[in-house]
Order: sequence, then structure tokens, then C-alpha cells
Amino acid sequence: MGQMLTGAQILWECLLREGVETVFGYPGGAILPAYDAMLDYPIRHVLVRHEQGAAHMADGYARASGKVGVAVATSGPGATNLTTGIATAMMDSIPTVFITGQVPSKLLGTDAFQETDVTGITLPITKHNALVTDASHIATAIREAFHIAKSGRPGPVLVDICKDAQQAKTEFVWPETVDLPGLEEAAPPDAKELARAAEMIAAAERPLILAGHGVLKSGASEALRAFAEKTGTPVALTLLGLGGFPASHPLSLGMMGMHGEAYVNRAIQRSDLLLAFGMRFDDRVTGNLKTYAPLAKKIHVEIDPSEVGKNVAVDVALVADLRVAIEALIPRVPAGRHEAWLKEIGEGRDETRSRDILHQPDGGRLYAAHVIHDLWKATHGEAIVVTDVGQHQMWEAQYYAHERPRSLITSGGLGTMGFALPAAIGAKMARPDAEVWVVAGDGGFQMTSCELATLQQEQLDIKIAVINNGYLGMVRQWQEFFYDKRYAATPMLSPDFVLLAGAYGIAAHRVSRREDVTPAVEAARRSGKAALFDFRVEKEESVYPMVPAGANLDAMVRRPAGEEVQA
Amino acid sequence: MKHTLVARVQDQPGVLNRVASLFRRRAFNIESLTVGGSETPAYSRMTIVVDTARVPAHLVAANLRKLVPVTEVRDVTHIPTVDRDLALIRVRCDPAARAELSGLVSIFRARIVDVGTDSVIVEITGDQEKVDGLVELLRPRGIVEMVRTGKIAMVRGGTAESADQVNGRQSENAERVS
Repeated sequence: MGQMLTGAQILWECLLREGVETVFGYPGGAILPAYDAMLDYPIRHVLVRHEQGAAHMADGYARASGKVGVAVATSGPGATNLTTGIATAMMDSIPTVFITGQVPSKLLGTDAFQETDVTGITLPITKHNALVTDASHIATAIREAFHIAKSGRPGPVLVDICKDAQQAKTEFVWPETVDLPGLEEAAPPDAKELARAAEMIAAAERPLILAGHGVLKSGASEALRAFAEKTGTPVALTLLGLGGFPASHPLSLGMMGMHGEAYVNRAIQRSDLLLAFGMRFDDRVTGNLKTYAPLAKKIHVEIDPSEVGKNVAVDVALVADLRVAIEALIPRVPAGRHEAWLKEIGEGRDETRSRDILHQPDGGRLYAAHVIHDLWKATHGEAIVVTDVGQHQMWEAQYYAHERPRSLITSGGLGTMGFALPAAIGAKMARPDAEVWVVAGDGGFQMTSCELATLQQEQLDIKIAVINNGYLGMVRQWQEFFYDKRYAATPMLSPDFVLLAGAYGIAAHRVSRREDVTPAVEAARRSGKAALFDFRVEKEESVYPMVPAGANLDAMVRRPAGEEVQA
Repeated sequence: MKHTLVARVQDQPGVLNRVASLFRRRAFNIESLTVGGSETPAYSRMTIVVDTARVPAHLVAANLRKLVPVTEVRDVTHIPTVDRDLALIRVRCDPAARAELSGLVSIFRARIVDVGTDSVIVEITGDQEKVDGLVELLRPRGIVEMVRTGKIAMVRGGTAESADQVNGRQSENAERVS
């Protein structure tokens, strides 16, 4: 006979058994029993200022640590406020569990106070969800939620628990196993497909690895490196793959896609074999599918069968965990070098240098790219950088060279503005010893800047770089390129960010000159406390190169070549 | 082209909603969907006819398979199956014409199951072509009301082992649930 506990106690018993130490949340009527019980358990609860923040914090926690992130909210508006964060986690396959309170089961369907059909609303933006109306079902629901969130291609799972189920007492039995016959576990890669892949790799003259988020999720960085080095294959990365392969490695090409370097996208278009490792041929990396990589055979290693052949037809599909698949490939492929191919790519790289803003004079202006570059230098490339969405995000991806997995945290699939600050709080909670930087634009930062209070309440040492150009910069850039510079609703008035940070008790600095960037950053790093920088950058600077949406991947808008100076 | 998928799903609240939501979200075009009990308690079976002009059947199946309560999906389009559709058709019929109509529908192994003053209800079971055939034949007489179940399908003979595998892990899952 197990112990008699309330549903609320069972919830925390289960979370502890799942290894949860920290949850992010906001209390309210329907989740009150759970909050009351929480006080008796060794759980650190981070009180957010808006539930969207809780969702992003759980997400950032998971991205930084690889563990499951947990957020808690009440019914109705509490739950609906989570949804942007849930959708963000869904699009980027982040293992997260969301616990929401629900009105008492007898009131379900009556439009009771703060009732919302949360499992209905979150159906398309969760990997799975469940409504629990009975205390005796809580343990199984939580156990299954964690299992589903982590298994295969990870994702968010929501458990909606009625208030009376939290209050009722029942026997607590921890389910030792889960019974989920419909859940597909990753199978080992198919031997025949492995052999076919190995043959193609041996025959390729211009092979290219496209490494995505799967590298981080499956812990495949070491395997990827061993494979690339053995076969002499260069590696291009998706935005979410950055850090999966060291930027300083001679075989690293950097980012592909819409804002990838021109030589990377050209290499894709000229390659005779693409090895897609844990990436899903998103429209932001392929450009026009009809003309995408026309010369290349494609090997797709992907854990989710529904991604294989979705956007790009492939020649070999290895549906498996990426690390397992790469480790299985390594002994099957011959050691190789592709000197001519690397030389050709290298020439494109040299040509890019002269167009790079990094190598152009600033003329006394402050360019965001220079800020990111100087930030990279000052932090020795070792910070966890959490970005928002927009121009600054692309500049970060281009100019902060990531050497290690989980050192860049960014919303890729959903492109959620307001992500950075709360996700950074989650990341810092997961890895308190890491140096954590927020890089955000003036627009996105204001969407969730209320979480500065959370940051202070938790006494977190997080540094915030607001890349302030007075515009919704990426939208402005599209308007400049594609809408005849008609700047509809993109010029933006912001508060004085230095005063704003001051109101929260956070040290802040305004920086308008290049020479002040590094000293300010270094001083703040020495302080050991949170700090915010208002970097007043060039207002109408654009991210180059750019592949217009739907255009051929090598039809890039590029920065004009200029006079080269020492960076 | 139309594909017929047969899915085995756990009986859970909202499972039909999950399937419907998936089809709507991914813009998969459902021709018909039937759901009902299976040989195993706590499991239902769905027969889904899907138009694959836009999205190939294997991707529809793979997406279905990702739903946690869905334990098995088979594409039975290219293997011999018994297909059935049930229709109830209310057709205008004067009392004097009942005998003639009864004879006509019996050719289709259909029968009159209810009689009203100026109409009858005809019940027919068969594959879709057969049902369509009777419907066309009855249309000139005046079809007042019709309800069709949509297709259900079962693989013929002993081919359960050789059924189209929509993904590599299907048979393994089938074992696990049985």
C-alpha cells in the first residue's frame, strides 16, 4: 500500500523523481493547491512576470542543459499566456513539460471562471498533452509526459490538472515503467541503407555536411567531428546547429541559408553529395526548392520519419538517432581528403572577406556586427549567448564564433521575439557557472523586458546587450529591399534603456562608439553582477548576404566590396 | 490519387480530434474517415481515405504515427482488401412501385428496410463503386436523403505479414500491442 497523498503532493513527488530542481511559473486560483504543496518540497520556483516568460525560461533551461524544462501556470489566461513559448519549444523540438491548473472537473465545459480548453488550444503546438480529472491519474500523466518530452524527437508536453484532482487524496504509486505502445523509440540505422550511404560517401568528390540541431540533441558533436575529419568533409551549419561543430575547425564553413555566407550557399549548390545530419531542409536554409543543390545526391540522417522527403527528395534515408548513425558510418567509410573541393570553397571564402563589414572601416559609426565581434573577443568566445529574433540574431550567428554545443540559444523555427531575456534566465538557472549574455534588439527586448524583475529577484548575473537601432530592423530591411523603403510601422520609440534597467536596480551603460565597446564589456564582466548595455548602433544597416525568400540559394544580395582594413 | 490508410489507435478522449487536427494543420485532404471498435478492447481502428495529390501517403502515415495514441498505420492501397461502405438512402416511392423497386435493389443485394407513405429507405453495403452504382440508379426516382459511412477496409487472406509497411517499425509495434 502506497502513501495517501493529495494530487498536488503527488505532482511534486513525481517531478522530484524526474530529477526536477527548478520550475518557472506563476500562481493562480486553479493551480493554488499545487503551489501550496510545493512549499514542502525541495524545488526552486522562479516567479516570472508573465507566463510567456515561464515557458521561454523552461525552454532556455532545457536548451542549455539538455534536461527537461518545466513551467507551471494557472488555468485560462495563465495557460494561454504560455502558448507562444510552447509553440517555440515545439518548432525547435525542445524537451519541456508544462503543468497547468484547470477548473474543477465538475465545472469543465461550463465556461467557469478562468476556464479555457487548454488541451484543445495546445493540441497542435505540443508533442502530446493530457487533461487529468482524477488524482489517481496524476502520477502516470507526469511520468508519461517526461518520457514523451525526451524520447525520439523531443518536444513540449502539457499536463492540464483539474483543481479537484490536485486536492483529492489518493494512494501514491510511482509508475516504474511507462506503457506507451504508440511511442516510437529510435531504432538502429538500417544496415543496407548504411552500406548505400557509405558507398555514396566513398564516391563523392564534393561532399558537404549540413549539420543541424540534431547534432546538439543527440550529443553527436564528437562523432560529427570524427566523421568530418576522417572523410575530409567540410561542415556547414544551420542556425540551430551552430556550436555543434567548432567554428575554428579548418573544416567548418559556418552558417548556411538565408543569411549564410555566399561561399557556403554556393558550396551547397555545387556539391555532389549532401550529408544532412539532423536538419530538416527548412525554407530558410534551402531557398527555392526547385533549384536547390541540383548536382547533389542527398543522404538524410533524421530521427523523425515524417521529415524525410518532406521538402527535399533524398537518395538515402537513415531514420535513426544521429549520434548512433554517424558512429555506425565512421568505420564503414574510407579516410579521404578533398583538396580541390576545399580549395574551391576557400577561394570563395577569401572573396567574401573584402565584402565583410568586419573588414571595412567604421568611419566613426557603431555597427552591430562590430559590437558582436568585440563581444565575442571580450568573452573569449566562451559565453552562452541567448538571442532574440531579427537582425541582431543573424549578426550574432555570423560574428560570434561558437565552439561548443549549447553555447547559442535562439528561437529558430518559430522566430519568437521576446525569447532572449527569459530564455537566458532559464539558461543561467541551468548552468549557473556559465557566463550568459542576452543579445536582443530594441523591439524584441521590450516584449518581455518585464522579466528584468525576475532576473533581479533571483539575483542572476546575466549581461544584456540591446542592439538598439530605433527600428524593427529585420522588417525594416525587408521593407528596404522589397517594399521600396516604405517603412510601415517599423520606426520605433524605445524607453531610455539605461533608466529602465536602473528602475530594476540593474547597472546599465549606453555605448555609441566602437572604442567604448570592449572596455565597457570588460568592466561589466569583472563586476560579477547583471548589467545592461544600450548599444546605439547604425539605424539602417542591413544583414548581408541575404537570399530573398523563395529565391535560388546562390542568388544572394551581397554587401558591396569595400576597402579592407584590419579588424 | 487516393490512398487508404488503416490506423490502430488507443481509445482515449480526443484521439479523433488529434487525428482531425493533424490533417487540418498539415493540409492533408481527407476523403473519408471512419472510426470504430477493433478486436482488442481499448483500441479502435480508423480507415482513412486521403487524397495524396499534395502530400505523399508515406508522409501522411508518418505524421499519423507520431501521434502518441496511434500505435500502427498501414497503407493498404496496393494490397488486396475487402472494402465496405454502408449507405442508407431515402428514395421517393409510391406504394404501387414498391415491389418493382424492391426487385431492382435486390440486384445490388440491397434491401428496403423502412417504408413511408411516399418513400422507402434502402440499405446497401458494398464497395464504393457498388454503392455509387445504386445511388446513380436511384437518383432519377428522387433521393430525399442519404447517409454514407465512408469506407472501411481489411486486408484479404493471410497477407497481414506482407502488408505494405509504412515505416520500418510498424510490425514491431503491432506485436507490442497485441
